[in-house]
Amino acid sequence: MLQKLADNYVAAAAVILFGIGFTTLLLNKNLIKKIIGFSFMDSAMFLFLAAQGYIEGGKAPILDPDDLTARTTFINPVPAGLVLTGIVVSVSVTALMLALTIRLYRRYHSLDIDEICRLAGKEES
Amino acid sequence: MNNCFRGLRAFFSESESPLDADQIRSLAGSVQEAGPSSAEMLTMHEDNIRGSERNLDNRFESSKKRMTAVYRILSVLAAAAIILVLLYTTAGLPSFGDAENPTQNEVQQRYLEKGLEEGGATNLVANMILDYRAFDTLGESNVLFMAVCTVILLLRVSREDTDRRLREENDDRHFEPKDDLILQMGARVLVPVILLFGIYVILNGHLGPGGGFSGGAIMGAGLILYLSAFGFARTERFFTFRTFKTVSFTALAFYALSKAYSFFTGANHLPSVITTGTPGAILSAGLILPLNIAVGLVVCCTMYAFYTLFRKGDM
Repeated sequence: MLQKLADNYVAAAAVILFGIGFTTLLLNKNLIKKIIGFSFMDSAMFLFLAAQGYIEGGKAPILDPDDLTARTTFINPVPAGLVLTGIVVSVSVTALMLALTIRLYRRYHSLDIDEICRLAGKEES
Repeated sequence: MNNCFRGLRAFFSESESPLDADQIRSLAGSVQEAGPSSAEMLTMHEDNIRGSERNLDNRFESSKKRMTAVYRILSVLAAAAIILVLLYTTAGLPSFGDAENPTQNEVQQRYLEKGLEEGGATNLVANMILDYRAFDTLGESNVLFMAVCTVILLLRVSREDTDRRLREENDDRHFEPKDDLILQMGARVLVPVILLFGIYVILNGHLGPGGGFSGGAIMGAGLILYLSAFGFARTERFFTFRTFKTVSFTALAFYALSKAYSFFTGANHLPSVITTGTPGAILSAGLILPLNIAVGLVVCCTMYAFYTLFRKGDM
């Protein structure tokens, strides 16, 4: 199994990065740090996806305009497109989370999630 | 989690103070009948209850601490379990970089072999995302646009709210650089270069590495640098909320309409005015260059809008 993991070292690194992000998400009470953990998980996903498209010795899939018929090995372009989509969505989601955090901070003057829950509960009752 | 604490607290208070308000009141009635000595007893009892409430607060605090510790241990265990399961799965994946992997299937072979012929761009990834999967990229641009719309809803300060407006502007003057000479000199040199490079990346997206998303992000970064060096008074001359609305809407509408035309003619085998042209020329690859420009404009406006909204609540 270790040999297999060493072969797939990029995917293994992505998994560990994902775990770090997940732990950050769970252990920190600060909302900004939770968002940072979320971005970590996003990046791990992109690393994993991009690694799946790699072919040993392959080049980026861009043809040479002087020699259009050259038979070179190219890497898989599909994960590149998917990662592009993923990055755009992750930027949007991060901006949205930060905007919501700013609104929460303006109302409760705290970034601590427990404190915000307590104050919100007090408001309700 | 906090709800859980509140529930816990309610549970404790029920079990710790057997007398509730009604019982005390009925007791007080019976006490008045019985005489002054038992009234003293009652006040003593009330003191006891108050003391036990203080105890309860302490116990509640300590149980909260214990719960937090348990929660932390459990979350570390959960994260470790997820990492181990995923690592075990990773070990079962086909090995990295192998050309025989199941991910290297006929879809990507088709994109690589027929891409030039059918799309016309020498950058085969641009061919894929703006020709074969153009619908997907329209969705992406719309996701960005909708994210900006939501941030505007959440953070924009209305023009009528003069109090908030003044406060935001005061904050802006306080926290952001104002007439910083080093920044201004740097920006004077860098901003034209950054903007030119962004335009180059967008216009060259179908011939080499680059495209609308990366070029738009570079141009947005140039605009943000210009804004932080010279302030809102200078940028408002060419970029206001109105500009943002017009440019984003025009670019997205152009994208949707031109691609609708291309899908319509393509699916019905009708003759189309869009040709692929000579591969490698700057005016080639059919719709890919205009679509790259549209996407680049949307991304540039989006990045700039995010920055201004987070900084001042307006553009």
